Amino acid sequence: MEAFVTHTGTAAPLRRSNVDTDQIIPAEYLKRITRHGFEDGLFSSWRKDSDFVLNRPEYQGVTVLVAGPDFGTGSSREHAVWALQDYGFKVVISSRFADIFRGNSGKGGLLTAVVDQGLVEQIWELIESDPAIAVTVDLDAREVRVGDLVAPFEVDDYVRWRLMAGLDDIGITLQYADQISDFEATRPAYKPTTK
Amino acid sequence: MGRTLAEKVWEAHVVRHAEGEPDLLYIDLHLVHEVTSPQAFDGLRSAGRPVRRPDLTLATEDHNTPTIDIDKPIADPISRAQLEALRANCAEFGVPIYSLGNAEQGIVHVVGPQLGLTQPGMTVVCGDSHTSTHGAFGALAFGIGTSEVEHVLATQTLPLKPFKTMAITVEGELPVGVTAKDVTLAIIAKIGTGGGQGYVLEYRGSAIRGLSMEGRMTLCNMSIEAGARAGMVAPDEKTFEYLKGRDHAPTGADWDAAVEWWKTLPTDADASFDAEVFIDATTLSPYVTWGTNPGQGLPLSSNVPSPADAVDEVDRVAIEGALAYMDLTPGMPLRDIKVDTVFVGSCTNGRIEDLRAVAEVLKGRKVAPSVRMLVVPGSVRVKKQAEAEGLNVIISEAGAEWREAGCSMCLAMNPDKLKPGERSASTSNRNFEGRQGPGGRTHLVSPAVAAATAVTGHLAAPADLASAS
Repeated sequence: MEAFVTHTGTAAPLRRSNVDTDQIIPAEYLKRITRHGFEDGLFSSWRKDSDFVLNRPEYQGVTVLVAGPDFGTGSSREHAVWALQDYGFKVVISSRFADIFRGNSGKGGLLTAVVDQGLVEQIWELIESDPAIAVTVDLDAREVRVGDLVAPFEVDDYVRWRLMAGLDDIGITLQYADQISDFEATRPAYKPTTK
Repeated sequence: MGRTLAEKVWEAHVVRHAEGEPDLLYIDLHLVHEVTSPQAFDGLRSAGRPVRRPDLTLATEDHNTPTIDIDKPIADPISRAQLEALRANCAEFGVPIYSLGNAEQGIVHVVGPQLGLTQPGMTVVCGDSHTSTHGAFGALAFGIGTSEVEHVLATQTLPLKPFKTMAITVEGELPVGVTAKDVTLAIIAKIGTGGGQGYVLEYRGSAIRGLSMEGRMTLCNMSIEAGARAGMVAPDEKTFEYLKGRDHAPTGADWDAAVEWWKTLPTDADASFDAEVFIDATTLSPYVTWGTNPGQGLPLSSNVPSPADAVDEVDRVAIEGALAYMDLTPGMPLRDIKVDTVFVGSCTNGRIEDLRAVAEVLKGRKVAPSVRMLVVPGSVRVKKQAEAEGLNVIISEAGAEWREAGCSMCLAMNPDKLKPGERSASTSNRNFEGRQGPGGRTHLVSPAVAAATAVTGHLAAPADLASAS
């Protein structure tokens, strides 16, 4: 996984709440068995509308998505994270994320920054009045900087450490293989197996 | 200080605890299906890692499977490729699988419990958010993403931060005609789609103890729609009775040892929760959703809300958007909403009790000519049981289509879809835009309301039929 310390890019405002993972990527795109190439499915229903924010010329090449509250609700599909990343997003900013989506983002290296809704509204205004304005997301300092605005964000300490070090979870866990074996030896006989 | 059910199950599975790091939690049962697993198996293959415990892993085919002509090759080449990938992966890594055509095939969350694989006090995961269903047995069960699927396949563990706990207490007797589905829709309407975020919900109170195991599964299934990772019900005699004698339930001395432990799991009297919600069961009535998220629900007797009723600007925009998508006018009675499709099935309401409720309403009645009704059993076993009881005859004679087992129109990955502009009453779990097919509109309902709606052609409860005849 690529290490994430700080990122600067342009941002798109998504003025919607409750953006569920069916909207981020509909089920029809989930039939693929590959890990990449999901960018065409991202918000596919909304992108049919030429006025949708990601279709507007001034928001081409954006890498930061600034969304309303409760982003990523619904289905556990990790394809939602892959679709956002394949499209080019490095960071999603919202005042509240659904748990599973947030966990999936951390695994895949997509930063989900929890910013107070009042500050989200200020960021929306800044990137709407100047779509080319640089947005810096500093994971080390835990802040988003847009022009003169400095918005602190919340991120789990452990996720932050993993993202900054670019570490893979399975590799970390396999260091404790002996402890897993010790635990397995204590499991009661009545626990079922699938055999 | 006492502990909650969720805390007891968590603590019994901690492999490693270190300050400032997530706990490493052991996983007792890992369920796998074709949609969220191919990239996980691929990851194992490229890293040269085996599946650590294939004997604690079980795969079924459900999301993509057709519900007619299952003896013929699957028409959609992409669906077929995904099922073939699962079969090849299971063969390569030694994971047991119930494929299309097998007598144990079905929706992953119907199959686990009916085999007796889901037991109290277990940790259960699956790359599917509705894994919360298994919490009905007092298991800690939650959905995970594909990276976590790979992690569990490789290590049989997951690094996790402890969840907060929320008690949802439903006291009193449910009025006649009010089901577990109505209870969950009422809870989500009350606390919102983000209300459970970060929490494990524990459903408590006399109304919950009064529910069957099927009803408890419906309730726990929908926990994710309130934003919670998991929902749980403390195990009791009903749980033990449901499990006894099932294929994978313990026997003999093992059964006694298991029951002894299971009885220690319910939340201690002096335990405290991080949050509590109370609901008076006697005030509940059949609930339906009118909008595009499961929190946008109301009693069937209500009217479509207006953006003017919104609590804030975010809510106003959400109501406006939902009404536009659903093509509804504020103030119209929910009972006046006409549907053209009724779907009965899914991991929420595709079990035998649900099909019995539907057959009871349909018996001696006809589905309205303007309505197409699909009845899709949650598993092959449920289908066979229903056929042994003659439910399929009642359902077919009423004019509904009796199908093969699978996820079907809940998420429309197989050929069962709404066409743009079509409107369904559905016993499934999500009324998101396009969930049942691009441009389709969904009203979430209980099985009994689904059946009554099929008969009248508009949203209705069985009580409406009685008064009409």
